Amino acid sequence: MTTVAEWLDIGWVDQIPVRGSRTVQVADGDDIAVFRTAEGKVFALLDRCPHKHGRLSQGIVHGGAVACPLHNWRISLTTGEALGEDKGCTPTVPVKIDGGRVLICRASVLKAAA
Amino acid sequence: MEHSPLSPDADTREHLVVIGNGMAGCRAVEELLARDANRYRVTIFGAEPRVNYNRIMLSPVLAGDKSFDDIVINDADWYAANGIALVAGDPVVAIDRGAKKVTTRGGVTEAYDRLLIATGSDPFIIPVPGKDLPGVISFRDMDDVDMMLTAAEKGGSAVVIGGGLLGLEAAHGLSLRGMKVTVLHLMPTLMERQLDEAAGWLLKQALEARGQTILTGADTEAIVGEGKVEGVRLKDGTLIPADLVVMAVGIRPSVALARDAGLAVGRGIQVDDHMVTSDPNILAVGECVEHDGQVYGLVAPLWDMCRSLADGLVEQPSGYRGSVTSTKLKVSGIDVFSAGDFSGGDDCEDIVLRDAARGIYKRVVLKDDRIVGAVLYGDTADGSWYFDLLKKQEDVAPLRDVLIFGQAFASGGGQADPKAAVAALSDDAEICGCNGVTKGQVVSCIAKGAHSLDAVRGSCKASASCGSCTGLVESLLALTLGDEVQSGPKTLCGCTSFGHDDVRREIVAQDMRSIPEVMQKLHWTTPDGCSSCRPALNYYLLCALPGEYEDDQQSRFVNERLHANIQKDGTYSVVPRMWGGLTNPTELRAIADVVEKYNAPMVKVTGGQRLDIFGIKKEDLPAVWADLNAAGMVSGHAYGKALRTVKTCVGSEWCRFGTQDSTGLGVKIERMSWGSWMPHKFKIAVSGCPRNCAEATIKDFGVVCVDSGYELHVGGNGGIHVRATDLLCKVATEQEALDYCAAFIQLYREEARYLERTAPWIERVGLDYVKARLLDDPAGREALRARFLYSQSFSQDDPWAQRAEGAAAEHHAPMARFTPQEELA
Ligand code: SRM
Ligand SMILES: Cc1cc2nc3c(=O)[nH]c(=O)nc-3n(C[C@H](O)[C@H](O)[C@H](O)COP(=O)(O)OP(=O)(O)OC[C@H]3O[C@@H](n4cnc5c(N)ncnc54)[C@H](O)[C@@H]3O)c2cc1C
Ligand code: SF4
Ligand code: FES
Repeated sequence: MTTVAEWLDIGWVDQIPVRGSRTVQVADGDDIAVFRTAEGKVFALLDRCPHKHGRLSQGIVHGGAVACPLHNWRISLTTGEALGEDKGCTPTVPVKIDGGRVLICRASVLKAAA
Repeated sequence: MEHSPLSPDADTREHLVVIGNGMAGCRAVEELLARDANRYRVTIFGAEPRVNYNRIMLSPVLAGDKSFDDIVINDADWYAANGIALVAGDPVVAIDRGAKKVTTRGGVTEAYDRLLIATGSDPFIIPVPGKDLPGVISFRDMDDVDMMLTAAEKGGSAVVIGGGLLGLEAAHGLSLRGMKVTVLHLMPTLMERQLDEAAGWLLKQALEARGQTILTGADTEAIVGEGKVEGVRLKDGTLIPADLVVMAVGIRPSVALARDAGLAVGRGIQVDDHMVTSDPNILAVGECVEHDGQVYGLVAPLWDMCRSLADGLVEQPSGYRGSVTSTKLKVSGIDVFSAGDFSGGDDCEDIVLRDAARGIYKRVVLKDDRIVGAVLYGDTADGSWYFDLLKKQEDVAPLRDVLIFGQAFASGGGQADPKAAVAALSDDAEICGCNGVTKGQVVSCIAKGAHSLDAVRGSCKASASCGSCTGLVESLLALTLGDEVQSGPKTLCGCTSFGHDDVRREIVAQDMRSIPEVMQKLHWTTPDGCSSCRPALNYYLLCALPGEYEDDQQSRFVNERLHANIQKDGTYSVVPRMWGGLTNPTELRAIADVVEKYNAPMVKVTGGQRLDIFGIKKEDLPAVWADLNAAGMVSGHAYGKALRTVKTCVGSEWCRFGTQDSTGLGVKIERMSWGSWMPHKFKIAVSGCPRNCAEATIKDFGVVCVDSGYELHVGGNGGIHVRATDLLCKVATEQEALDYCAAFIQLYREEARYLERTAPWIERVGLDYVKARLLDDPAGREALRARFLYSQSFSQDDPWAQRAEGAAAEHHAPMARFTPQEELA
């Protein structure tokens, strides 16, 4: 078995719009949504709302949360938990920034995609 | 089940134990706390595994309008803050009156000084074969709703047995959730205990129009199925297939505990005027009691009972004297109200008003010049007024001639002024039936600082439940606060204390140019707003600064960002513009090609006279648009708060009735107005004659051509609350029609609140205001028109074309692709 990197390099931070997001396509699995907040922090979540599987990457990012485009649940970017009155959680993927490159945790991507 | 010891050691206060964590039980405790928060140590036992919630709101939860959290009355913090011990999910199974102890199923034993029984009712299950099959349920608590929701997810058919309030609300919810619903009702008319035959018939028509099947005079013989429910058989042999059966045929006071404990029980647990049972240490309240020979099945009486009960508990007895009840049906778009006795009789007189065109039926029953009953269908605004007169037994002889036209008319003027009507209500008139709040209570909570609808909802709960009294509460706010409230009782969102109108005014006054600037200058409480305020601010700036403001894409809802409609599976639909509903072979060919090339699973003629291509992948959108652009087609903005369609009919060119070229005018209007962003979506139609085939009178702006010119109509919409347009004016030429249209659009663009369509906007500002701006002030109208055309000079480039050329490609393509085993793309 070949050893593969623990972290996946997905691109430059600048490729993600501020207060916006991009996706990483995972073969045979749900996409990973990668968000960049107004403060410049980057987070990654499974691109799948805990409510009815809305694409979180298409939501409005505000503060440390994203509003799902389908029914407006607010999901925390740090914990993946639904905020406010709603209950549910979407898996998070650890992110590391190295020299302007965005790296996401390979094991978590695999787990989330499973 | 295990519980930590409940008795706090050093608490020497008298111990009040409550059985039943429902509406009456908790309300009684609230009333007690309001009188004396420290007098009793309180423990509440509830059979349901959850906190106290508003049972009547289960219907909106089922219908999808609310979530469980929206209907919680007292959350866990409330119990904690008031030192109340809650044992939830463990019903009390025995009361030992000698030892003054209760025991739960889980084995918890608790001693009491005073015991309050508030066990509510049990749903009545008709004893037919098959009643115990899985899939047969009642409609009483959250567990029932959860079961219905699970069943509805699979689709299929449901049978609701019982056409009363509860059954109809269940049927409505299930049918909104996509089930095919049949209601079986034993009696000849629906809700026969609340409605007379005429109203029951209107109701049946309305529900059938919504796709439900209603069988009256339907007597259930058996529920059939192997291992689970499969259908319902009637005595006449009819078999109705069903995957779910909801029994909503009535309720019975839940008295088993009390009876086993030897308390006096008739139909319910018998209580005196202070809600004390035959044992002086045991009280009872709510649907489980019988007072003065009466049992109740609605919430309003509970509020009165709870007040008397709490008065008694703090030794200031007042005494409950029974309640008169009124009923409303919480099915959106169907307004039904009834109160008192309408069975009539020789000594009664009926006053009836029917307006078939508007679907209105009103009946007031009088006896000796007093109102004894009222049934309202279609227009229930005066329900609280009749109910108030009924409860007070007021002599209505002086009002008799005008009584049926409602309060506004009866109190003079003939003009329906909702504020005057509310002002005339007495202080103890009930405003919010769901929470038992009177006018006096609402006014005093406004006076104490609740200056917005939300604040009122938060402090006295009026309008916090079904919301049907929201209009009344708003009128009370306006009356009590005068101009203060006009300046914006509703804040734009939770991030600011400013209302929409304030924000718009300040943007212009302080010449603000960006969202962060607005948030800074107006003291936003969040760093970068929320999904409500950001789109609103983006629009306000864009409207105020045409050509200068740079649109903030991240403040737009996904549809407007991607210029297509997101679908529930994450794909998008694409609707190209078809000017005035016209098309040609090139366009049709291009659409056909796109459908094939991108494997679109569906293409459909829309209600807006064009073609909708469904199931396009986000990545493919730019290519699809490029192909459509090549055939000369542009975005139809079917996704935006923007000009949508201009519907037309064939008009004078072909139609034997046509008076003007409605198609041509429609195309001209669409060419003028396409691409403009609006506070909400905006639809236009042009009909060639008053037969009105283009349905111009339910559009935001509608033109109806007549021999002598063009009637211009404004403020209509379809949707949940259909509103027909108001006639603005008549003009003689096409050019005038275009000019007025532009001026009207701009007035709406500049002054309506974000997400307020023209219909509610006009209802708010009044048609007279719109007329004053557009008809009485020609110079002002011309200026509005000019501002519209100026702003259009910046917005009429096709967003699709830009994307097809590669702009904002990052919105469409993934940032990276990852295939396990492989290295990254
Ligand atoms: C496609 C279409 C149905 C159809 O196949 O015919 C449609 C589809 C949708 N309508 Fe509609 N409406 C369509 C014509 C209408 C009409 C008829 C008309 O325009 O003459 C009405 C009634 C007229 C009116 O608007 O007053 C109509 C009243 C609504 C409403 C209620 C509006 C209201 O103010 O109450 C909504 C909900 C909303 O906008 O909040 C709505 C919302 C929607 C949405 C956008 C729901 C959503 O948010 O996803 C649907 C998008 C489907 C999609 O992804 O494409 N649609 N919708 C029609 C598109 C017309 C077009 O060519 O652009
Ligand atoms: C779907 C629905 C819609 C309704 N809509 C309306 C409406 O629009 N207007 C209106 O006026 N009324 C409406 N009602 C009726 C209204 O909800 C009731 O009148 C009200 O809830 C009665 O209050 P209660 O406290 O007596 O009973 P409940 O609210 O039923 O509370 C009783 C509680 O006691 C618990 N309990 C029972 N036995 C035990 C035990 N042995 N130990 C511990 N706990 C026990 C039960 O689990 C329950 O939680 C509606 C009811 C339903 C179900
Ligand atoms: S509205 Fe009048 S002119 Fe137009 S198609 Fe209908 S009948 Fe003909
Ligand atoms: S799918 Fe996300 S809110 Fe419903």
